[in-house]
Amino acid sequence: MMLDEPLDRPRPISVAQRMLRGLNLDGPLLLGLVTVSGLGMFFLYGAGGENPDLVLRQGVRVGLALVVMICIAQIPTKFLRIWAPWIFLAGIVLLLLVLIMGEIGKGAQRWLDIGFLRFQPSEIMKLAVPMMGAWYLHERPLPPTWRESMFVILVITVLPSVLIARQPDLGTALLIAASGILVILLAGMSIRVILGLGALALAGAPGLWFGMHEYQRQRVLTFLNPESDPLGSGYHIIQSKIAIGSGGVFGKGWLNGTQAQLEFLPERSTDFIFAVIGEEFGLLGLATLLTLYLLIVARGLYVASQAQDTFGRLLAGSISLTFFVYVFVNTGMVTGLLPVVGVPLPLVSYGGTSMVTLMAGFGMLMSIQSHRKLVPH
Amino acid sequence: MFLARASVAAVIMVLLTLLVVGRLIDLQVINYEHFSDLSRGNRVRIEALPPIRGLIYDRSGNLLAENLPSYQLEMVPEGVSDVDGTLDRLVELGLVDADDLPRIKSDIRRQPRFRPTALSYRLSDDKVARFAVVRQHFPGVDVQARLIRNYPYADAAVHALGYVGSVSQADLERLDAADYLGTTHTGKIGVERSQENALHGSVGYRQVLVNAEGRILQELERTQPLPGQDITLTLDLELQLAAEAAMAGRRGAIVAIDPSNGHVLALVSQPGYDPNLFSAGISSDDYRALRDDRDTPLFNRALRGVYPPGSTIKPIVGLAGLDLGAITPWQRIFCIGHYSLPGSSHRYRDWKKEGHGSVALEDAITQSCDVYFYDLAVKLGIDNLQQFLGRFGLGAVTGIDIPSEKPGTLPSREWKRSRFSRREDQVWYPGETVITGIGQGYLETTPLQLANMTATIAARGTRFRPMLVAARTDPATGQVEVVEPEPLPPVTVSDPSYWDRIVEDMTAVVHGERGTARRIGLGTPYRIAGKTGTAQVFTIAQDEEYDEEETDERLRHHALFIAFAPAEAPRIAVAVVVENGGSGSGAAAPVARIVLDNYLLRRTE
Repeated sequence: MMLDEPLDRPRPISVAQRMLRGLNLDGPLLLGLVTVSGLGMFFLYGAGGENPDLVLRQGVRVGLALVVMICIAQIPTKFLRIWAPWIFLAGIVLLLLVLIMGEIGKGAQRWLDIGFLRFQPSEIMKLAVPMMGAWYLHERPLPPTWRESMFVILVITVLPSVLIARQPDLGTALLIAASGILVILLAGMSIRVILGLGALALAGAPGLWFGMHEYQRQRVLTFLNPESDPLGSGYHIIQSKIAIGSGGVFGKGWLNGTQAQLEFLPERSTDFIFAVIGEEFGLLGLATLLTLYLLIVARGLYVASQAQDTFGRLLAGSISLTFFVYVFVNTGMVTGLLPVVGVPLPLVSYGGTSMVTLMAGFGMLMSIQSHRKLVPH
Repeated sequence: MFLARASVAAVIMVLLTLLVVGRLIDLQVINYEHFSDLSRGNRVRIEALPPIRGLIYDRSGNLLAENLPSYQLEMVPEGVSDVDGTLDRLVELGLVDADDLPRIKSDIRRQPRFRPTALSYRLSDDKVARFAVVRQHFPGVDVQARLIRNYPYADAAVHALGYVGSVSQADLERLDAADYLGTTHTGKIGVERSQENALHGSVGYRQVLVNAEGRILQELERTQPLPGQDITLTLDLELQLAAEAAMAGRRGAIVAIDPSNGHVLALVSQPGYDPNLFSAGISSDDYRALRDDRDTPLFNRALRGVYPPGSTIKPIVGLAGLDLGAITPWQRIFCIGHYSLPGSSHRYRDWKKEGHGSVALEDAITQSCDVYFYDLAVKLGIDNLQQFLGRFGLGAVTGIDIPSEKPGTLPSREWKRSRFSRREDQVWYPGETVITGIGQGYLETTPLQLANMTATIAARGTRFRPMLVAARTDPATGQVEVVEPEPLPPVTVSDPSYWDRIVEDMTAVVHGERGTARRIGLGTPYRIAGKTGTAQVFTIAQDEEYDEEETDERLRHHALFIAFAPAEAPRIAVAVVVENGGSGSGAAAPVARIVLDNYLLRRTE
């Protein structure tokens, strides 16, 4: 043994591990994400009517999203924290812009068109809200006081959610609200405040009901009784249940799903792809997929628990748990447990913007994991 | 703290996942047989059952719009691999008219692919039989028994009734798409459009088992559609037909209103068209012919035609003068056949070149003296005049319960400022006040506005929103929902006896010795109050004469007449506009007499 070698030199690591470390990536997390999105393309081929173009386009998106993730992983967490309030502010301004342009253009307006680029500002908020919440609580003693909790809830969470709900995009608004609430819950908000807010929300439910658009109310009503509207929104749920149920334990096999292949199932490559997987791969396939999702979230929570500052801990925790909320809301909706709110199945559903946002979030997790200051082993 | 919370979150997460897995076990293991049955070989399809459209009646129960069963050939584009080829083969077999192909193709493009598109309507039994033989070669195409809208009186009251046409993409954005899944036609204009919600009913559905080719094997479940409500109109068919006959061959409009409640008794716009063309899928040639017709049959003159009201507004200008104290009934002025503003040499001519001599209000109305009203308008000023005419609803939509009404124009200083961009055009000139006094210049009204104005005079200031829909009846329960008349802010004058004054003068227009419409007053068992009007279509230069015989037919004056009767207890108010008819007394007043006679002298059983 050479004398100038440190005694606590890490065990020799493989080339792959060295590459991961050099790129600031987290191996287990990356493995999980690549596995699920790879399986997703495989599922998509069956769900999209065996259209190779569709899979190719999705592949390009996955690639792009991974590049975004790798880039973000290189940013030290400190900068994420410093930028958080500005990103949040910019997001709010963009949301207001969208609303104003929507007033002019009439109807649902979620996209902002800036000449060469079109994007949904609500996607920014998916990350900006947990970042802002974590930033706000960062230097304060935890658990947060009653007043601090209310600030996070009202200004950081409810304000952007309401703006997005007005677009109207109830699904995204609920997810963003969840990400903000999760920050404050993880920070240790008092249980009493939680209960009080819960009671308040129940009392405010009628107000929410009257503030909803007709089609949003219809969705809630259809959820309560899908058979009441078999031609409209209930149609999705009925067909999706038939597809899943007829898959049985082992499924009908890849590309053999009759319901899905014969176009009985609407939105089968986007929001309802979970039903196609259920038909073709059965209970075993779905359970495996759910397990993979749980493993990703578990790794995310592990990263959060290893984070060295409040900001990193809260941000990583919120991003991981919000990812689970996506999974739960989508699978719950497709199986008829929850109303149809239009949330895609993360990493699997066909579609670009949400994929990039998700991966950007995981990039932040990796940044938090890899930019820790050297710790004694 | 964080770790504790994160652990709780992890536990909740696992529990929620187990909930989803539990649901999956419920669907995929416990109920596997059930869902497998539904999906295997025979698949469940949910089919919409369109509701039966409500019927439309006139006020005495005559059927104006009904549904007749008819066979039609339909295609569901989703089930057809080669749409163009299929259509070509159907044309060769004589089952589809080649002229309809552009219409069919645009329908297919505009509709969702799972919705049936009608290929040909009103199939004969022979064609139904011919298709039955070749049916198996045409997957996705089938003969369906449908109810199609039929208007038994064809073009009668078409501008009030409107028509139905195929549901377009634009319609679906406006309507509840789910409720229209089985519906092929929707109201496009008129009562059919404004009462669409009531007439349509709500969709039913059935769950059926279909085989791989999409043919139905068995019905599993059915929810009946709810038929639409029947509509009873305020229109009086007999009066409507008489009014249309009186106007036949001419261009113009008639609106008759019951002054006591705003019920529209007749609404005529001539020429009209046959709405049955639209319910059976109008061919592009037919449509182009209607659209490009020089007489614009599709144009609703009663609601959208704007005409200078001419002398028909003189009674209310007179009323304004009395109300605001600008004149008294006995005050006289001397008419020398023209009027000039102080300090100006421009002559505003009277229709009677030699002048009416000394005239008081009564003479001015009965003989329609222009100079009197030029003078009165200047005395009142445009602000007062505009404000008073506005109280009778001029310059604003009446709010009748069918769409696309126009507001016309009631000019004011402010209106001129916002209407014109050039500085010198924005100024209100005194000369414009002068001609507003005889209903010329910028002033423009619809026949409907004139009729409602007349009804307001007849009812001594009480006003109603004109209405066509009297009641809605639920055919299933027989429950009748009566639509109540809606009062509008009434016109009040400083002395109610002014109303009698004006009505008396209007009665003298028809029954007085020198009244401009005295020819129609002969031999009536009831008394008519009326006012003639003649609206210039183009301006005659200062040094020119208007010669009816010499003038191109399209440039002749519009003839107007407003009337109500019986003068002492009015039951009907009517406004008649005959485009390029020449003079109000000659062309429009006799039409009004026919309308009044029909309504008031009818044998009652």
